[in-house]
Amino acid sequence: MRALNRLTAVEFKLFLRDPAAYFWTLIFPVALVVIIGSVPSSREVSPELGARGIDYYTPIILVMSFALLALFITPTYLVGYREKGILRRLSITPVGPARVLLAQLAVQAVIAVVTTVLVLGTAAVAFDVKLPSNVLGFLLAFLLTVGMLLAIGLFMASVLKTTKAATSAGSALFFPLMFFAGIYVPKEMLPDALATIGDFTPLGAAVLAFNDAAATGMPSGITVIVLAAYAVVFGVGAARLFRWE
Amino acid sequence: MSVIVVSELRKQYDHKVVVDGLSFEVEEGEIFGILGPNGAGKTTTVECIAGLRKPDGGTISVHGLDPQRDGTKLHQIVGMQMQQSAMPDKLRVAEAMELYASFYDNPVDWRALMADLGLKEKADSAYEKLSGGQKQRLSIALALVGSPKVAILDELTTGLDPGARRDTWELIEQVRDRGITVLLVTHFMEEAERLCDRLAIIDGGKIIALDTPTGLVAKVDQDQKVRFRPGSTLDDELLTVLPEVTSVERHHQQVVVTGTGNLMHAVTSVLAQHQIVALDLRSEQATLDDAFIALTGRRFDHAAE
Repeated sequence: MRALNRLTAVEFKLFLRDPAAYFWTLIFPVALVVIIGSVPSSREVSPELGARGIDYYTPIILVMSFALLALFITPTYLVGYREKGILRRLSITPVGPARVLLAQLAVQAVIAVVTTVLVLGTAAVAFDVKLPSNVLGFLLAFLLTVGMLLAIGLFMASVLKTTKAATSAGSALFFPLMFFAGIYVPKEMLPDALATIGDFTPLGAAVLAFNDAAATGMPSGITVIVLAAYAVVFGVGAARLFRWE
Repeated sequence: MSVIVVSELRKQYDHKVVVDGLSFEVEEGEIFGILGPNGAGKTTTVECIAGLRKPDGGTISVHGLDPQRDGTKLHQIVGMQMQQSAMPDKLRVAEAMELYASFYDNPVDWRALMADLGLKEKADSAYEKLSGGQKQRLSIALALVGSPKVAILDELTTGLDPGARRDTWELIEQVRDRGITVLLVTHFMEEAERLCDRLAIIDGGKIIALDTPTGLVAKVDQDQKVRFRPGSTLDDELLTVLPEVTSVERHHQQVVVTGTGNLMHAVTSVLAQHQIVALDLRSEQATLDDAFIALTGRRFDHAAE
């Protein structure tokens, strides 16, 4: 336990010394809320969206920040640790290499919580975005989304050999997946077929889960199943394929 | 007392046999060298001893522990400095020391160890800012922080400049002086000759010789050579009649005397008798390099190719 605590503390310090890591996961999402919220039209109800722009975009920004964390930070850190022989070095100590993975996941889970608080807090305080009323439904959406994304990140860390490959794969996944989350074109403006496909993609389902939770108190059954299925498939894949060296 | 006992160790990758029936024992408190060209199976051998790789055959015992079965206990008493292992770029020296100390039941005082290894001034430096020599010293420190009984040092000085290499040699002697048994993997003859109490020469996954460095050199029944420039005229006959001398050659002004036994004494006595001054007098004796050539029939530097 002493070793795990110390490892987690060290991983935290390292995260906070890595400007790329904390910029994209902590600063950028909050900045995006402020930028979007500062556009006057985003604070008026848009007929196409059926809501104010800032209300529409807040859950998308939240999901985006989790995606940046899990698709870029998780795989590049772990692949880098393997590439540099850090995991190998740990495997000849009494604590073994698995704990550094746990420490990384702990750090990323905490960062996800902090980002959530910052994004929702900024949106609520500065732009009157309504906070989730059903905490349980929101928590379920949060856990499923972050769990599913970290499983994808771990899976990437399992199959990719170099940090360069990890970064490229992160970009290759992030931009198309964010399309279905509705960051470029609101889902409401997509053709029906495309919008339906989107609901079954990881980030499309994640945004849906948060919107469901806000509208009805709970993510819908089908969304829960989609998110859980991704988490299980990639989680099991990662567990089977992950190599320490 | 033998603290490491390796018996009939075998390991293959795919279908290539890398370690082919190695057996040796390491005594408590000695510096035991494993010397051989690249690809000889040195690293694989020590990685099996450290529990990092599973042997395909044979047995290993380290202070009575089986590296595969008693992994966690083994890692408490074996510290290893590995080839190609780094720390996170932004991790600072003191943080790495404190972190690794937390992994062990009975760590040494990591601050004192850090100072002993000359890293005190670098305590707050990030790993990425350290020089090659400093990284190696940190790596040794991390191998020792758990107060191990056995330290495995793998290609410690590869990539270091000659100055840093010599400093590292002193460090290794200090490690032994702490009472730690050292298993040293190297492909530098000079390093093995200088540091090791005993050493095994490995080639093609097999031990081809195991002895003290002096013992290995003595086994090479090589002629000695004495070279000098005579200060005045010298008749070769004066030397060729000596029983120790087998041949006398001249290269320009230089005389090269080849022979056996106490050649140097025999040659200098004759020269003194005839009042001939020997300029640039030099004696050449067999080295570990010659021993390697004699044992394998190949030059050491070229053995890897």
